[in-house]
Amino acid sequence: MDNWKGTACLILLGAFLTAAPAFAQVDFSGEWAPRFYEDQPERVPGPELGDYLGLPINASARMRADTWSASLLTLPEWQCRPHSADYIWRGPSNLIVTKEVDPVSRDVTALHAEWLRSVDRPIYLDGRPHPPDWAPHTWAGFSTGKWEGDMLTTTVTHLKEGYIRRNGVARSDMATLTEHWFRHGDWLTVVTVVTDPVYLTEPFVRSTDYELDLHQHVPPYPCDAVEEVERPKGTVPHILPGMNEGINEFPARHHLPPEAARGGAETMYPEYQLKLKKAGAAPAAR
Amino acid sequence: MSNRSLLTVSFLILTVAAAAQAQPNSDVTIYHVRGPIYLLVGAGGNITLSVGRDGVLVVDTGTAAMSDRVLAAIAQLQKESATNGITELHYGAETRSSIRATVDTNAPPKPIRYIINTHVHPDHTGGNEKLSKAGRTLTGGNVSGEISDVGETATVIANQNVLTRMSAPPAAGQPAIPFAALPSDTFHSDMKLSHFFNGEGVHVIHLPAAHTDGDSIVYFRGSDVISAGDVFLTTSYPVIDLQRGGSINGEIDALNRILDLAIPEFRLEGGTLVIPGHGRIGDSADVAYYRDMTTIIRDRVQYMLDKNWTLEQVKAAKPTLDYDPRYGGSTAFVEAVYKSLQESRKK
Repeated sequence: MDNWKGTACLILLGAFLTAAPAFAQVDFSGEWAPRFYEDQPERVPGPELGDYLGLPINASARMRADTWSASLLTLPEWQCRPHSADYIWRGPSNLIVTKEVDPVSRDVTALHAEWLRSVDRPIYLDGRPHPPDWAPHTWAGFSTGKWEGDMLTTTVTHLKEGYIRRNGVARSDMATLTEHWFRHGDWLTVVTVVTDPVYLTEPFVRSTDYELDLHQHVPPYPCDAVEEVERPKGTVPHILPGMNEGINEFPARHHLPPEAARGGAETMYPEYQLKLKKAGAAPAAR
Repeated sequence: MSNRSLLTVSFLILTVAAAAQAQPNSDVTIYHVRGPIYLLVGAGGNITLSVGRDGVLVVDTGTAAMSDRVLAAIAQLQKESATNGITELHYGAETRSSIRATVDTNAPPKPIRYIINTHVHPDHTGGNEKLSKAGRTLTGGNVSGEISDVGETATVIANQNVLTRMSAPPAAGQPAIPFAALPSDTFHSDMKLSHFFNGEGVHVIHLPAAHTDGDSIVYFRGSDVISAGDVFLTTSYPVIDLQRGGSINGEIDALNRILDLAIPEFRLEGGTLVIPGHGRIGDSADVAYYRDMTTIIRDRVQYMLDKNWTLEQVKAAKPTLDYDPRYGGSTAFVEAVYKSLQESRKK
C-alpha cells in the first residue's frame, strides 16, 4: 500500500512538472498602484524650483533648468504632453501591465505598460531589433526586454526629450533607459537607469515600488489643448539667464548651502556632506 | 510591399570615374515612412519620395556624387511598386482567367515625374541633373507643342528664388549649373500639384526668408507627412544662410507654420510626421522643441543686442550653453542670429 501511494505521488508530481510551462517567467501582468515610498515631496505635490539635489547634471542641464518657466506648459503644444517612459514610474498614476501572447506558440512576445497619464508602451520580448537612428522618437521610446532569471531587464531607445525632475531639469532625446523589473509577491519594484550624454555626467538611478491592486481599473485620461493664455503668436515663455530669483528660495527655505542645491554627480554621494562641513558651507540666507 | 519597412541598398563602385566622385563607405538607405512615402538617408540631405502607380515624386536630390546610388534605390522601389502579385487580382474567373496572374511579368517601372527642391543648397539639389534626366514629364494637351524637350526630363519644381540663385553666373572657377538641373517650374508663394499623385494632394508651401529666401516645405496631405527641408534639422542648430536671404525671425515663423499644419495623433506624438533636411523623422512635438530652442536663443541674443552688446560679448556670454551638448557647435548660429537681428533693427 505504501509503495502504491509513493508511486502515485511520483506520477502526480511528474504530471504536474510536465504540465508546467517549460520557460515560465514571473508574471507582471495586472493592475498596479503607486505607493510613493520614495521621494514623496518630489512626486506629490512636486519639486520646488531650483531643487537639483542629488541629480548628476552638468552645467548645461543646470542652465536649462534655471531658465525654464512653468508657463511653457500653457502653450497648446505642451498641454497634453505625457510623462516619458523614464519619468512616468514616479508620476502619480496607476499602472496596468498586459501580456501579448503569440496564438500559435503561446510565447509571451511583449508586455504592454500603460499609466493613467501616459501612452501604451510595448516592451518586446521576441528578439526584434531596435529601429534605425532616423526612425521617430516617442514618449514611450522603443523597448526590448530579456529575462535574467526572474528579473526582466529592458533597454529603451528612441525617447523623445523629457525631464528627470519636474522643475525644468531636462533629459535629452539622445538618452537611453535601462530598467530592472522585480516582483516579490504583490510588490513590483523597478530600478531605472537613465544615461544621457547631453545632460548627465553619470547614470541616474532610481527605484520605485508599486503594489498589486485587484480593485482598480485605469480609466481614460482625455486631454484637449486650449488657449490658456492670450499672448502674441510665437511667444515661448522662458526666463533670461541670471534673472531667475525663484531658484534661491529652495535652499533658503530648507537651510541648505546654495551650492548643494545646484546638483551635480558629486552631490549624490555621502562624501559630499563631509566636504561641505570641511568647507564650512553656510546655509542660504532666508 | 507594406510589410517591408526597411531595406538597405549598398552598391559597389562600378567604375574608376565613379569612384573618384563617390563616397565609397556610404550607403543609401530606404526607410518606409507611411503610405507611398519613403525616406532616403545617406545621400547628403534627406530625400523624400512618393512612389506608386502615378510614378515617383522626389523631394530634394542629395549631392551630385550620390546620384547613381539614389537612382538605384529609387529603381528598387519602382520595381516593387510595379510588382503584380496574385494577391492583387481584382477580377473573377468569368471575366479574366486567374492564370494571367501567374504568368504576368512585372509592368515597367513608373518614371520619376516630379522633383521638388526645398531650397538651393547643393546637398539638396546636387542630384537634380541625373535624376531629372532619368525621369519624364508626361506630355500632351497643353504640356507639349513647341517645347519639344519638355518630355525628356522630369519636371523640377522650386520657389523662384531657387532658380534665380542656381542660374546666376557662377563664382570664379566654378562651372555653371547644367540646364537639366535647374527648376523648370517655379512659383512665388504656394503651389499645389493640379491633381492627386499616388493617391493624395501635394502642397508646396513657400516659407520666406528662413533658412534661405527660397525655402519650401512639401505637405503630402493624405499620408500626412511634411518634408521640411533645412528649416527643421535634428542634427544641429538652425543654419541661417544670411548670404542667401535667410533670417532668424523667418526661421522661427517657418517652424511655427509647420506647427500650424501638424496635428498629433495622440498625446502630442505621431500624427503628422515631419521629415527634416538632416536627421531623424520627427512629429509636432519634435518641431515644438526645436521651435522653443530657436525662439529662446533668439530672445536671449535680442536682449543682449538691446543692451548694445558686441558680437564678441554675446559669444562670451554663451547664450546657447544649455543646448550645445545636443546641437553641437553654436558659433555660426549665434553669429547668424546676431547679424540677422541687427539687420531687422535697421529696417
